[in-house]
Formats: sequence, structure tokens, C-alpha cells
Amino acid sequence: MRRLSQEKIVKTTTDIESLRSEIRDKSVRVIDVRREEDYKKNHIPSAINLPLANLLSDDSPERVVKLVNSMGIDDETSVVVYDDTFGALASRVAWTLEFIGHTDVSLLETTFSTWKSLGLENDNKVPEIQSREHSLKLKPEILATAGYLESAKEKEGVILVDNRERLNFLEQHIPGAISLPYRTLATQDKILRPKEDMRRLLDNRGISRDSEIITYCGSVGTLSGLAYYALKSVGLPNAKLYVRSFKEWKSLSKPTEKQEDANYWDLSAE
Amino acid sequence: MQSRPKSRKGKINWARSQEPDYFANMVKLYRQGKYDADSFRRFRLQHGAYGTRLADDYAMVRVKFPAGEVYPHQLEKLSQLSEQFSIGSAHFSTRENIQLHWVVLEDVSEIFRGLAEVGLTSREACGNSVRNVMCSPLSGVCPNEEFDSTPYALATARFFLRNPMAQNLPRKFKFNFTCCEKHGMVRMVDVGLIPQIRQQDGSAQKGFKIFLGGGLGNRSFVGHQLEEFTPEEDLLYTSIAVVRIFDRLGDRKNLARNRMRYLVNDMGWEKFQNLVLKERAIVRATQSVVTKLNVDDTPNKILRPVKISDESISSISDGYFRWLKGNAFKQKQKDYYSVFITLEAGDITSNQLHMLSELTQDFSSEGVARCGFTQNIALRYVHEDDLPRLYSELLKSGLAKSGSLTMSAPIGCSGTTSCNLALTNSHRLAKEIQRKFLELRLDEDDDLRESSIKISGCPNSCGQHGIATIGFFGGGARLEKDMYPNYMMQLGGRSDGETMLGISSIRVPAKRVISVILKIIELFKQNKKPEDDLKSWIHRVANGIDDSEIKSIEDIKKVLTPLTTPPLKTEDSDFYSDYGSDTSYHTKTGKGECAA
Repeated sequence: MRRLSQEKIVKTTTDIESLRSEIRDKSVRVIDVRREEDYKKNHIPSAINLPLANLLSDDSPERVVKLVNSMGIDDETSVVVYDDTFGALASRVAWTLEFIGHTDVSLLETTFSTWKSLGLENDNKVPEIQSREHSLKLKPEILATAGYLESAKEKEGVILVDNRERLNFLEQHIPGAISLPYRTLATQDKILRPKEDMRRLLDNRGISRDSEIITYCGSVGTLSGLAYYALKSVGLPNAKLYVRSFKEWKSLSKPTEKQEDANYWDLSAE
Repeated sequence: MQSRPKSRKGKINWARSQEPDYFANMVKLYRQGKYDADSFRRFRLQHGAYGTRLADDYAMVRVKFPAGEVYPHQLEKLSQLSEQFSIGSAHFSTRENIQLHWVVLEDVSEIFRGLAEVGLTSREACGNSVRNVMCSPLSGVCPNEEFDSTPYALATARFFLRNPMAQNLPRKFKFNFTCCEKHGMVRMVDVGLIPQIRQQDGSAQKGFKIFLGGGLGNRSFVGHQLEEFTPEEDLLYTSIAVVRIFDRLGDRKNLARNRMRYLVNDMGWEKFQNLVLKERAIVRATQSVVTKLNVDDTPNKILRPVKISDESISSISDGYFRWLKGNAFKQKQKDYYSVFITLEAGDITSNQLHMLSELTQDFSSEGVARCGFTQNIALRYVHEDDLPRLYSELLKSGLAKSGSLTMSAPIGCSGTTSCNLALTNSHRLAKEIQRKFLELRLDEDDDLRESSIKISGCPNSCGQHGIATIGFFGGGARLEKDMYPNYMMQLGGRSDGETMLGISSIRVPAKRVISVILKIIELFKQNKKPEDDLKSWIHRVANGIDDSEIKSIEDIKKVLTPLTTPPLKTEDSDFYSDYGSDTSYHTKTGKGECAA
């Protein structure tokens, strides 16, 4: 029973039916993080648009609070985020909301394409929004900076997870990282595997409740954002996102490592 | 657009649902130091996971397609698995397996789980066991065959998989079934079988020509025919007898010579033959229950898929006819073709596997794809009228390369891309040759059609160089202190009714291989007789019986030697790096696992 109630608290995804009923009840703020032109064509009813690029243009906490206010979100608002990029962009936005202290944010369990292919409702109406006031209570424990990462990764019980594709990993990665490509986390129609599958996969990799886990990817923390939610979905309590990821790591000329003697398949002809 | 019919399913489930968990658990025990490295390696190989070149934490998972059959939903699953756990691509082998490389050892069990969902297994794809049972991709459609041996291949695979008698053989053991002499590979394997029908007392009796003790390797041997005719009811007894003799007498100490062909060679064929016949009598007489092969020869339903759309192909391009000529095989069934899909040295992307799954459903009237012997795959029972549409679909997925059935589709083993033993990048060389051949449109040259190029990255014969018209195996060579990748070239090998091993001729540096091949073709064109093709001409030269200017291998060597002289490194530094690498060449190998 304890386990059940724990999992309820760490809701990471919202299933399609729940979202539809929440939309009918007007008890949810839905955020579409796709590009504006895609949003304008059609989107899930009542969704507002926050293109990831807009957020990333300045994701300082002060600005994020302003954005959140303008989207009519206060501390109590239930938020569901979706994208059309296997949940990675949505994850980055959801994580940012969490970081400024929002507690009720989750990912739609599927992508907009799948939503549409199921024949579910969508329209192109832009909802009118009443601005609200959100507090700022930073949650630094879910963020990893380069400096933090450098000192933490030597510690026992800290696992650094690279979520880029396997070939990128073999080519170059942060020393000591393990490779868990983002594709591994999903199924054909859901952005995250079922809990039982995810738990087994992570358990096989030695990723457990006792570990502190830091995820990273190529540049802005999207693929690794999805991994952050994958870890959260099975109730792993101590996950951090290295949000500036490998791009910053390299620009700081920090050490990297490659898989020696790897001449992998060359598919350059494709 | 009509919806796609559901994927047909195979009749046999090769998987066992408990094996993934079992494997995952063993990996944990191994990592915790509770299971020693040697035992774990044997266990891992028995389940179809190889180590990766100089990288302990990664495995290669080899999935078997018994008799070469792979169903659409299985291709789709492999597409997903390669994307999730491998590098977004996969590799078709020469023995009707598909390989997923650079898999984290801890994820191997997840792949097993996915395979089990679609009835596939990698069990006994490696290790000292009965490896994948092969069958000709043309069995059932070949105009020369006497009957379809596919059901017998499937039944044999089923009998030996997980069979206690075949879990700890002295070394790996291979069965090849074929359709006919020409399309065979039956003399180059432990047990090779050609279907045959004998008329006896006015009735037709099914049976096989069985060849034993052949094989390619560091030393290659041609197999011997056991007897004139082996009736089908003796097939299983013969197979058991041979496996038992090998198990009992095979060399378990000397890794370099423990395949059955060495036993046959050491003992002498006649003695071995007698032993098999006696053992078979014992097997036949001592079965406590009747042991029979479970042969299911109900024919596959042939049902032409409904046309998905009526878009007519407006203009049939020149490319179509070229592709048709090099890739489509006319079946004995009226109006139907088997279409071979050209892959570059067996490589295929996740997305292409997905497309292949859909194309199999949309175009193959038997609803299943068949792997070939040459790192390729075939869709059979494609209706003649559907060929242009299939071609245009293949074009969209980058799978419409020409020349699958010609010399322009060389075999290259994995080489230094992943193999511990490799010395050269044979895999990449095969691709380079293919690109050159297609650029020069040599796939359209009828004189070259029946010939083959096969490349191994070391003297072991995974790339089957010994049976190629022009074969190569890799090694390193040195000019003063600088090393460069080098190949021994063998000429005149073949695996048909006149099977012979290629004759070693001359060492060719990797970066000169293409020009040497083109020079040989030029020599052939100058010296051929009107009825010759390259294969028949090289056959005479290799046997020293040609009467033109080029009479023997020695004559060819003389002409080619100037092409193979290494330049100084200061003159041509590219010469000193292998294909697929921009650094200077050096040899580096690890421990092989074939024998583990």
C-alpha cells in the first residue's frame, strides 16, 4: 500500500483518458511545446503554446515565473505537457516548471501524432488566458551543473547516464558515464515504458533507489529530460538533470572519453 | 488506401519465455563475481551473445532465422530492438542470422524478451552447438529442385535446438539444406543436403544426397557424399549418428582443428563413412521410442496481397530494368518472381527493417521473407505485375540497389568493425567494391553474373573467401617499419557441383584490391573464348589448363605484380591506412570466441 501511495505522488505521465476528462472539467492547463506554426494548425483543445525555443531563449527562474504567470498557472494548477518529439521537449519544459517549484506537472503519455492517429479531438482555437501569480521556490536538488557533476561523479553511488544514441556515446562521452539511449526508454506508442518494464531495465543496469543519478544528453537537456522522467516514473527519488549537457561540458574543455578500438558499422552511404 | 493485412505468423515458436530472466540473472551473478568469467562466456555464447572486439561491456546478439524464414512482425520487432538497444542498424550474416552489435551486456536479456514476443531466439547461434540450420532461399521455387527441403530444414532445427545431445560439442556444427547443385553450399559445411527423388517399385521416394565433413576455415575441406541416396526416414538417424560421432571423437583440446572436417581428414573418408553407417544402424535400432523428425509439409498459402493503391507506375525507368535483371529470379511457379534485396555487406538500418516488414506483407504472396546465403534477403512469390511497384517502393527506402544476384554484391565479414580476430576492415572493402562495380555498371555485364567476390578479414573464412571466384583474406604487411593492410587473393573457388577451393595467387594491398579486380576483368575480356564467362575462364586458369596468353595463376601473377608494389609512406600515406580509418594501420587482435 505504501508503494502505491508513493507512486501516486510521483505522477509523471497522464494517460489519454484522464487528460480528456480533465479538459472537459477545465481542471488542467495543457501546454503544447511544438513550434508555433504547428500549434496554429491544430492542437489538443484548450492547450496553450510554449515552443521550447521560446523557453530556452532565457530560462532563468525569474523569466520562467513570468512565463508561467502569463500562462495562467499558479502553484495549485495541474499542468500537462505534450510534444511531438517522443516526449523529450515536453520533458524539458516540465522539468523547468518543477525547478521553479511547481509540483503538479506531468507529461502526456503519448505524442500529438499518436493522439491524432487515434482520432481524438483537436482544434486550432487559442484559449484566452487570465494571468496568475506563481511563487518561486527553487528546487536545486533536481539540477546538476558542470561543477557539481565533476565533483559528484567520482563518488560511490553516483551514476552518470548518457541518453544520446549509442553511436554518439561510443564516439565521445563524459568519463564514467553509462549509455542509456532515449529510445530504450519508450515503447512504440508511449513515451515511457510501462513501470514494470522500466524497473526491470534499470535494475539490470544496477540503477537503484540508493543511487544518485545524473542524466545528460547532447545540448539542452531534452533527451536527458525524458530520462529524468523515466527515473521518476518508477519512483527513484534522487535524480538530477545536467541541463546544459555535453555541449557545455565540451565548451568548458572538460575531459571526455571514447570507446577505443571501436570501428562500428559505417552507414554513411545512407 | 486499404489497411495492411496482419502479418502471418510462423508455425514454430523458437523461443522459451523463461530464458530472458535466466540470462539477466546470470549477468548479475557474473558482475558480482559469483560466476567465473570462463563459465559465463560459455553460457553467454550458448545463448547467442558474442563479446565485442576489445570491449568487454558490449555484446553482439546473433538472432537465428531457421531455414532463413523471417516473418513481417519479426522484422518489425528487430527494427525496434536495433533502435532501442543497438546502434540503429543491424547486420545480415552469411548463415541466415541477423546480428545486433554494440549491445550493453546488461540489456541482452531485454533483447531476448523482445525476440520471445515474436517467437525468435538467439539460443545456440554461437558456442559449441548446432548452429542455425540453413536452407536455400530458393527452396520451393527453384526450377532445378526435386522437392522443397524447407520443412526438413525447419524440422532438423527444431530437433536439435536445446537438445541435450548438442549442448557441448567439441566445436560448432552446421547443417545446410539446399534446393539443387547450382544454388548449394552443401560441400562446404559439416552436413550438406540436396533433396532428391528416387523411383522405386513404381513409386517416388523422397530423400537426400548428404555431404559430410566439408567446411571453410583456416584450413578448408570439401565434403564427401555419404551414399548414393539417403531416404527421408533415414535423415534424422543419419544426423544423430554424425553428431554423436563428432561428439565422441572430435578434438576437444586443439582449438585450431576441432571442427568435424579435421576429424574426417585425419581418419580418412572411408573409415569415417563406415563409422557413420554403423552408428546410424545403432541409432536406428536403439531408439527406445520412435524418434521422428516433425516435418510439417503443408504448403504455405499463396495469396497475392491486395493492391494497396492503384497508382500506376507512369514511367518505368531505365533503373528498373537494370534492377530487374540483377535482382529478380524467375520462379518455377508461373508469373512469380523471387526478388533479392541488395544490402551493403549485409548492413541494414532500423528504418529499412521496418520498410522491409511492410514490403513483405504488401508484396510476398507467401507472407514471409527468406534470408539468402550472401548477406541478403529475398521476397518470394512477388507477382510479375507487382514488380514495378515493388521497385518504386524499394527506391523510397534506399533498398533498390542493383546487382544482388551478380558479382557486384561482394560478401565481407564483419572484419575490424567488430571481430576480435580480424586484421583488416573486410566489411568496408566489400562496400567499396560494390560502389565501384555499380558505378561502372558491371552488374549488367552477363559475363560477370555468375562470378563472386568474397572477403574475410583474417585467414578464418567467415567471409567464405575460399569459394569465391575472386576471394581475399586479410593480414598485415610491412614496408620497412610502416604497416599496411594487405590481402591474400585466391582465384577459382566455387561451391556448386564442381566445388573447389580457390588457389592462392598473390598478396594485394587493401588500397589496390579494386584496381587488381578490374585488371583481372580486363585480362579476361582480352583472353576469353566466345562462350566463356569470367567464372569458366578463371576455372581453367586456376586449374592451369587455359590455352590463351594467361595459362595459369603464375601468368596472372606476373601481370598483377606491378600493381601490388607498395609506395613509400611519404609518397602515398593513404595507402597505409585501412578503409574506414584515417589513421595509420596497425594490427591488433583479441581472443577469438568461436571456440569458447
